[in-house]
Amino acid sequence: MEAAGAAAAAAAAAAAGGGCGSGPPPLLLSEGEQQCYSELFARCAGAAGGGPGSGPPEAARVAPGTATAAAGPVADLFRASQLPAETLHQITELCGAKRVGYFGPTQFYIALKLIAAAQSGLPVRIESIKCELPLPRFMMSKNDGEIRFGNPAELHGAKVQIPYLTTEKNSFKRMDDEDKQQETQSPTMSPLASPPSSPPHYQRVPLSHGYSKLRSSAEQMHPAPYEARQPLVQPEGSSSGGPGTKPLRHQASLIRSFSVERELQDNSSYPDEPWRITEEQREYYVNQFRSLQPDPSSFISGSVAKNFFTKSKLSIPELSYIWELSDADCDGALTLPEFCAAFHLIVARKNGYPLPEGLPPTLQPEYLQAAFPKPKWDCQLFDSYSESLPANQQPRDLNRMETSVKDMADLPVPTQDVTSDDKQALKSTINEALPKDVSEDPATPKDSNSLKARPRSRSYSSTSIEEAMKRGEDPPTPPPRPQKTHSRASSLDLNKVFQPSVPATKSGLLPPPPALPPRPCPSQSEQVSEAELLPQLSRAPSQAAESSPAKKDVLYSQPPSKPIRRKFRPENQAAENQEPSTAASGPASAATMKPHPTVQKQSSKQKKAIQTAIRKNKEANAVLARLNSELQQQLKEVHQERIALENQLEQLRPVTVL
Amino acid sequence: MGRGLGGRVTSGGSRDAVPGAGPPKMAVCIAVIAKENYPLYIRSTPTENELKFHYMVHTSLDVVDEKISAMGKALVDQRELYLGLLYPTEDYKVYGYVTNSKVKFVMVVDSSNTALRDNEIRSMFRKLHNSYTDVMCNPFYNPGDRIQSRAFDNMVTSMMIQVC
Repeated sequence: MEAAGAAAAAAAAAAAGGGCGSGPPPLLLSEGEQQCYSELFARCAGAAGGGPGSGPPEAARVAPGTATAAAGPVADLFRASQLPAETLHQITELCGAKRVGYFGPTQFYIALKLIAAAQSGLPVRIESIKCELPLPRFMMSKNDGEIRFGNPAELHGAKVQIPYLTTEKNSFKRMDDEDKQQETQSPTMSPLASPPSSPPHYQRVPLSHGYSKLRSSAEQMHPAPYEARQPLVQPEGSSSGGPGTKPLRHQASLIRSFSVERELQDNSSYPDEPWRITEEQREYYVNQFRSLQPDPSSFISGSVAKNFFTKSKLSIPELSYIWELSDADCDGALTLPEFCAAFHLIVARKNGYPLPEGLPPTLQPEYLQAAFPKPKWDCQLFDSYSESLPANQQPRDLNRMETSVKDMADLPVPTQDVTSDDKQALKSTINEALPKDVSEDPATPKDSNSLKARPRSRSYSSTSIEEAMKRGEDPPTPPPRPQKTHSRASSLDLNKVFQPSVPATKSGLLPPPPALPPRPCPSQSEQVSEAELLPQLSRAPSQAAESSPAKKDVLYSQPPSKPIRRKFRPENQAAENQEPSTAASGPASAATMKPHPTVQKQSSKQKKAIQTAIRKNKEANAVLARLNSELQQQLKEVHQERIALENQLEQLRPVTVL
Repeated sequence: MGRGLGGRVTSGGSRDAVPGAGPPKMAVCIAVIAKENYPLYIRSTPTENELKFHYMVHTSLDVVDEKISAMGKALVDQRELYLGLLYPTEDYKVYGYVTNSKVKFVMVVDSSNTALRDNEIRSMFRKLHNSYTDVMCNPFYNPGDRIQSRAFDNMVTSMMIQVC
């Protein structure tokens, strides 16, 4: 594609050079400029002709007279460059379009250069084109982004504005990568795709800053939704996710809404749905709504909303238009669906989407209310999960799960368990989400925010017992599955209890007075537990936290009473306390056995058995002690992680402008 | 003389300009005048010299003021918003409407359009008023600014091109 583009660009330049005898001076375009100009031109021409994919190179190669960009898209393009109308008129005149009456490639390219000049502050004159030549990369290419970064006040930047979602997604990625990796991105997007930088028209989305700062999960946001929905984009996502956020973090003026824009980019990658609100966005909007108005079922007044949306730094007329679109009942106040629609439009506009003429159907308040009945932050997420699942929401549910993973990372541990349990629930409810779900979860954690989620993903790959145990940790819904393992464990318990108890009885545990029988059971169960624990330990030392409840349950032979991690320590201690007691009971039983004079052979056998039992108990004791120490160490590490995360959160908080 | 009527004429006028042909136009020019007698919105079909319409609207403001003052204080409550025919010229008729906040709507219609009845004019003004209210509800709109709402534009366009 790049070769073709370069060839086309060369041809276009030649054509432009050939065709520009009519007035404006010959244009010398750099390759990057040529490429992006030609693509833009093709887009405008294609948009006019209705054939987007008809091969921009060919269109550009066609003689200038035949290939013209329609006035409509061109006007939109120019307007999107954020230049004042007079400047645009000047540019139009200068480039010769008015003279010839149409926007041929020559005129178009000249106009683009003039726009670049105007945006960089140069006067709009023919000479500017020449002056600009050393700077063309400034406007058109990737470096524009960097220079734009240097401008703290403005959030403009080179960005590809493409009304097509796919390319929009690319542009979003581009922004991540500082536009440097743009050309490598999305080979699938070729003709329409994102010229490495696009003309100065469209505002860059500096969102990743705010987003990453807010969520510290920008990176995971990128790959996850993309991988979820656009396998095409997967390579790009992985490539762009990493480096992209770092330079963008330099951007001083971060605004929360920009972070949402990034989400929008992430999540609006459906081919036809730039106006569809995804789950993450929805939750974000709801969150913002709550920050303005705690009651999600009432309105935000006009003035409050105005102050809020003004922070997005869109121009007042645009904001006014967005309001017009979103306030369906024209009451001067925004209900939650209206607010979401408005926010979404703002985000879209910040990302360079032209504002629609009318409110898109997916943003209608009725649609929004039906699709997303106002969920409350925690619990209702799960309600909405189980609610109607139209096909188009299923992919969004994937996002939801990711979001829940990421968002919940800030919440205390039990909530994470809820999240994981939520994922479980989702798995049961959403069939097709299953494979993607599991694949996403390991894929999502990339940064510290998801560190807490990472152990979860690891746990998924670990033993089923641990999975079951983890599920068992979730407070809200006692999952059914753990019972399997519990039953398994308990069956093991029973089996092993009965098996050794048979020889134990032979060895004389029966003769001990009736007071003793309860004690051998724990000892037997401990033997059982230690036997189970050993394989468990070897399998997943990192998940000892999860295995300990298994151990506990096994020990107690009881259905788990939703053991929480913090209980492990006391349980450990209790187990350890129990072990010595059982160990003591062993010798005690042995001691009691000794005075039986009846069968000394039996007593010797009993002694041996008891001694072996003692030995085993001691081994079990040692193992358990080791396990305990490991668990405690892990607990400390987890605590430290949590503290680190909280610190990060605290650091990031002041940055948000609200 | 007050402020000139150099108000913005939207380029959308070029959209609906079908010289000579097309459905019978209802209104030739529609203007929204603020309380201080400067235009918030003025739009006319550019078949002819727009300046003439601007001038007409401007001169009609005097008539509006006259009518308002004629009603007097006591009748403020009963004052009708619809002022009716302000003054006829040989080519055009000018109708007026004033809101309770002293925002005036002025409409110029073609005299040859005899199919227009008073009720229709009233309904047109009512629509204008509703659209204006919607514009005011927008928190990003500051009263006294020019009206740049697309919805308002669309509504006015519909009035100017075809029968309501």
